[in-house]
Amino acid sequence: MNRADEAPLVAVLDYGIGNLRSAQKGLERAGADARLTSDEALVKDALGVVLPGVGHFGTCMANLKLSGLDEVVRGVVSRNQPFLGICVGMQMMFESSEEAPNVPGLGILPGAVRKLPPGLTRPQMQWNRLDIKKPKCRLLNGIAEETWMYFVHSYAADTDENLVAATCEYGTSVTALIELDNIWATQFHPEKSGLDGQKVTKNFVDLLSGSK
Amino acid sequence: MKTVRVIPCLDVDAGRVVKGVNFVGLKDAGDPVELAGQYDQQGADEIIFLDITASSDNRNTIVELAHRAAEQVYIPFTIGGGIRSVSDARQLLRAGADKISLNSAAVESPSLITQISEEFGSQCTVVAIDAKTNGDGTWNVFVKGGREDTGLDALEWAKSVVNYGAGEILLTSMDGDGTRSGYDIALTKAISQAVEVPVIASGGVGSLQHLVEGATEGEASAVLAASIFHFGDYTIRDAKLALIKAGVSVRPPIPIDE
Repeated sequence: MNRADEAPLVAVLDYGIGNLRSAQKGLERAGADARLTSDEALVKDALGVVLPGVGHFGTCMANLKLSGLDEVVRGVVSRNQPFLGICVGMQMMFESSEEAPNVPGLGILPGAVRKLPPGLTRPQMQWNRLDIKKPKCRLLNGIAEETWMYFVHSYAADTDENLVAATCEYGTSVTALIELDNIWATQFHPEKSGLDGQKVTKNFVDLLSGSK
Repeated sequence: MKTVRVIPCLDVDAGRVVKGVNFVGLKDAGDPVELAGQYDQQGADEIIFLDITASSDNRNTIVELAHRAAEQVYIPFTIGGGIRSVSDARQLLRAGADKISLNSAAVESPSLITQISEEFGSQCTVVAIDAKTNGDGTWNVFVKGGREDTGLDALEWAKSVVNYGAGEILLTSMDGDGTRSGYDIALTKAISQAVEVPVIASGGVGSLQHLVEGATEGEASAVLAASIFHFGDYTIRDAKLALIKAGVSVRPPIPIDE
């Protein structure tokens, strides 16, 4: 049977943090067979892997390590499995975060996560417009310039601008979307960003068909 | 830039919407999840479900609501009411709620705010403050639906809850609630200026101008209303257009014909 005809298996990494169900449901609506899991074998079988994350960088990193999923994520990246990190799931991919200066990040992406500048309400807890830097980013297929997405964060990635596919403006230019080979990461929550966010999720699921 | 959120609030009793709802085309006007879906489609920025179920053995009903809402609502939603422990919060967040809102339990035990924010993050830890004016430019915090004065000063309490780990404040003027005479703007402004976290203005909305006042003079990050939306007086689209006209940045309303 042609695998492309099946719902692509997506592993949503479960390391005991809050709301993973929205991410799972968003993927299911986009046609994926999305499973919450911490099982490495299942992750290896998956066509795509999603690392959600909310809350404190240090807490998320600690839980990720405790469940052994930090090594699982490294494996995903080294096998070149399509990967999507969301919010703190994005931030953990970097080297460090000002939110927990003594806790190293995964260091898979270059750069550090820094606190949003003072003067505006923190966290940024609102919808904001994307400023698209890489129109050809595969997750932005069908997403127009200035599309609104939902953000909840007080920290954001400071990284190589060549990796940045989209930003938003919040006191400064905030990294909103990263693309590096088969790694994607969003500071916004596609699963919470209405129908446009759903398109981003669907773009991720669609690129999995035929990727294995 | 700052973008103000428009948030419809649904009062839920034993899984059903309490206040009368006047929408055409609803299959079940009493189903909070179906209603929330309608608001989502109109361009609401978030939804708040306030569980006013008196009996605590009905917790499963609200967890089930969170479960269904996570499937059908594509925007963030908060659940408040009756959350008294980390375990209550965990159940709702695992079921799919994005945030939980604490009220009287936070007053009784402020460490609960810290415990929940440390475990799940301050971004999902909302503290609801119900305030009544003392008539002298100060406000006291009330619990039990405005019946019990805690003696706490609202401004000081707001700063405290942020120190305890709250990531957002849902600020309701008990003087205004249900009166349709508008937010308590002085209260909203005082609290918004006193804390760094977002403040949701609530209590007393009877017109679109009230929403505008909350966002402009009140400096709120979000404006909440219930009856003007439920009774069909105004749509979310009307609210957004009024805010845009007043120069407030909002996510544009979703076109009706799309």
